[in-house]
Amino acid sequence: MKSEVKLIDNDGKRLDGRKPDELRKIKIEAGVLHRADGSCYLEWGGNKILAAVYGPREAIPRHTQDPLKAIVNARYNMAAFSVEDRKRPGPDRRSREISKVISEALEKIVLTEKFPRATIDVNIEVLDAEAGTRCAGLTAAGVALADAGIPMKDIPVACAAGKIEGQIVLDLGKEEDNLGDADLPVAIAPRNGEILLLQMDGHLTLEEFDRTLDMAINGCHIVSDLQKKAIMEKYQSVLEVE
Amino acid sequence: MTVVPSIKRDYLSKLAKQGKRADGRKFDEFRKIEVETGVVSKAEGSARVKIGNTQVLVGIKMDVGEPYPDSPESGVLTTAAELIPLASPDFEAGPPREDAIELARVVDRGVRESEVVELEKLCLEPGEKVWIIFIDIHILDHDGNLFDAASLATLAALFTAKVPAERFELGEDYPLPLQEPPVSCTSVKFNGVVVLDPSLDEEEIAEVRLTVATDKKGDIRAMQKGLNGSFTKEEIKKIIKASIDNGREIREMLYKSIGK
Amino acid sequence: MPEEKREIVIPSQFLGDARKDKAGRGTFIENGKIYSERLGILSKKSEYINVVPLKGRYDPIEEDFVIGIVEEALASSWLVDINAPYPALLHVNEVPWDVEFGDTEKYLNHGDSIMAKVLQVDVSKKLQITLNDRNLYKIKGGHIIYVEPSKVPRIIGRKGSMISLLKKYTRCRIFVGQNGRIWIDGDDEGIARVLYAIRKIEDEALSFGLTNRMETFLKKDAKDVR
Repeated sequence: MKSEVKLIDNDGKRLDGRKPDELRKIKIEAGVLHRADGSCYLEWGGNKILAAVYGPREAIPRHTQDPLKAIVNARYNMAAFSVEDRKRPGPDRRSREISKVISEALEKIVLTEKFPRATIDVNIEVLDAEAGTRCAGLTAAGVALADAGIPMKDIPVACAAGKIEGQIVLDLGKEEDNLGDADLPVAIAPRNGEILLLQMDGHLTLEEFDRTLDMAINGCHIVSDLQKKAIMEKYQSVLEVE
Repeated sequence: MTVVPSIKRDYLSKLAKQGKRADGRKFDEFRKIEVETGVVSKAEGSARVKIGNTQVLVGIKMDVGEPYPDSPESGVLTTAAELIPLASPDFEAGPPREDAIELARVVDRGVRESEVVELEKLCLEPGEKVWIIFIDIHILDHDGNLFDAASLATLAALFTAKVPAERFELGEDYPLPLQEPPVSCTSVKFNGVVVLDPSLDEEEIAEVRLTVATDKKGDIRAMQKGLNGSFTKEEIKKIIKASIDNGREIREMLYKSIGK
Repeated sequence: MPEEKREIVIPSQFLGDARKDKAGRGTFIENGKIYSERLGILSKKSEYINVVPLKGRYDPIEEDFVIGIVEEALASSWLVDINAPYPALLHVNEVPWDVEFGDTEKYLNHGDSIMAKVLQVDVSKKLQITLNDRNLYKIKGGHIIYVEPSKVPRIIGRKGSMISLLKKYTRCRIFVGQNGRIWIDGDDEGIARVLYAIRKIEDEALSFGLTNRMETFLKKDAKDVR
């Protein structure tokens, strides 16, 4: 179905006024919950995400325990009121798939061998959704893990890029996600650029894929700086008393 | 489940017998309450309430659908609660357990029985089409007294909600038709001492719990007893009085936060 | 006293070259470079680069003194919660009482608190604790609170300086478990003041001059009460 909406004009300006390589506005806050071992509240465009980490703690039931390392158990969930048409509470197939790919991404950088038979539970709640929730969720999870004092090789971060009306752009917004030609969410370990999560849907030539991947990875690095700033802000303030 | 050391139980009871609570509050005193509305843009109405460290987020979504067969000219109201694993090390992922169901039903009764939402004004076509209101309670941080935080957040969300008529091409958006709100206050008893707005520590050793919803006139609109202990008639009367007094103050705070 | 520079580091932060410095606690080496593995405070001691954790669950080490809460009495042992990712096992051979098989409930039950020592942590983190020591016993009376395990060194203070202050000005008995659980016993006034002081130390743990400030505060607080 051909849409009437023009996603990007001749000057490269997108529907929300952004340039092709511009991120939506991001706000990150670490350590926002009282009970959780680590937590993070993140706003990314219209997305509002709350992530909380509990662990390492004993993995129950016993048969799920791995005698050599900890299990990283990420659970991505969308609140019923987070989308335009109310979503029935509970995990659906999409949430379970996203939970799985996020768990796998996190497992790679958490030093799991330090906690055999334990589990590290990562809860990602989408409170307000606007395209790119899995990237926002994983990014929030990275901050929550650091805030919980979990030993890691790196702080994972995610960002997506895609193609709209033939142009490669960074961080697809809602209409761009619905009407665009391709979407490529990527998560990396920023220190050495290892790719932890990669999914693609749409249509890209090999050359377009290269450019899109590069753009997404650049976006990841920008967001990574914001994660680190948020963590330092939270703990720096404790250094200065008097 | 985390084990509560008997020493802590004894210490809290000892303090209580001397008229003190661990956090210094009076027996009929609430913790600091904060109300923030309009926090979820996709929801028709939303509110985040903090009571002490307890945090609850409520979102209101609306849809058009069929009425219940026994009330063909009335809008539909349905309440659900999720004790998401985010909020406490003791909450597990999975279908709602009895606590979540009880919470949803108690909040629902408080809203429904007080008729705070004028459901008869939400009928579009008698017997065919009415507005359906979904109240979704999302617990974010559990530090005791989820009932009152959830009830207050529900009211704040309802009072700032807009019926999404435009989206359904039924005219302009307008606020929900509402009446005076009931306010819920919860108390627990442990070792013969009754306290209002239990903290998590106090809830962990509570033997019995009573939630009382009162209206502007000081009349009782809903009550729920929980846990397997018991109350004397005197204790219940005292709880009702504390609920009416605190209910008044909380109602003022609610009006202020919704800009009334 | 050496000038303490408190630098906060985060996971993946580059700390030094493995050829010049030695990688200590809380760090890992990759391609000859030393990185922090967690959120913590950088601490350089005799060529070792360490990261002292700022947050995190208790990680049991043999010989640690801990406060445990009994979860379950089994036939010839007890399962004890010591605030680690795993419950600890206390065997009947490791208590000062002569316990008959099946009689464990007579001595320790669900909810009882004990001052114990970590006896053994094996390779898969199976934990054993012991009560066989003059200083270890079942706790009676008082109050138990919880602090972040990473704050415990601050509450104890260098060579016990902070905890001595607390005991002196409140006349309370205080036992600080490495696992973040603290037991306090004394009169109600004293316990309340210790609680307040500990929360203050928790909040200001990273700041400088805390010990002196706490001494001033406790002195004044003690005077006001009398």
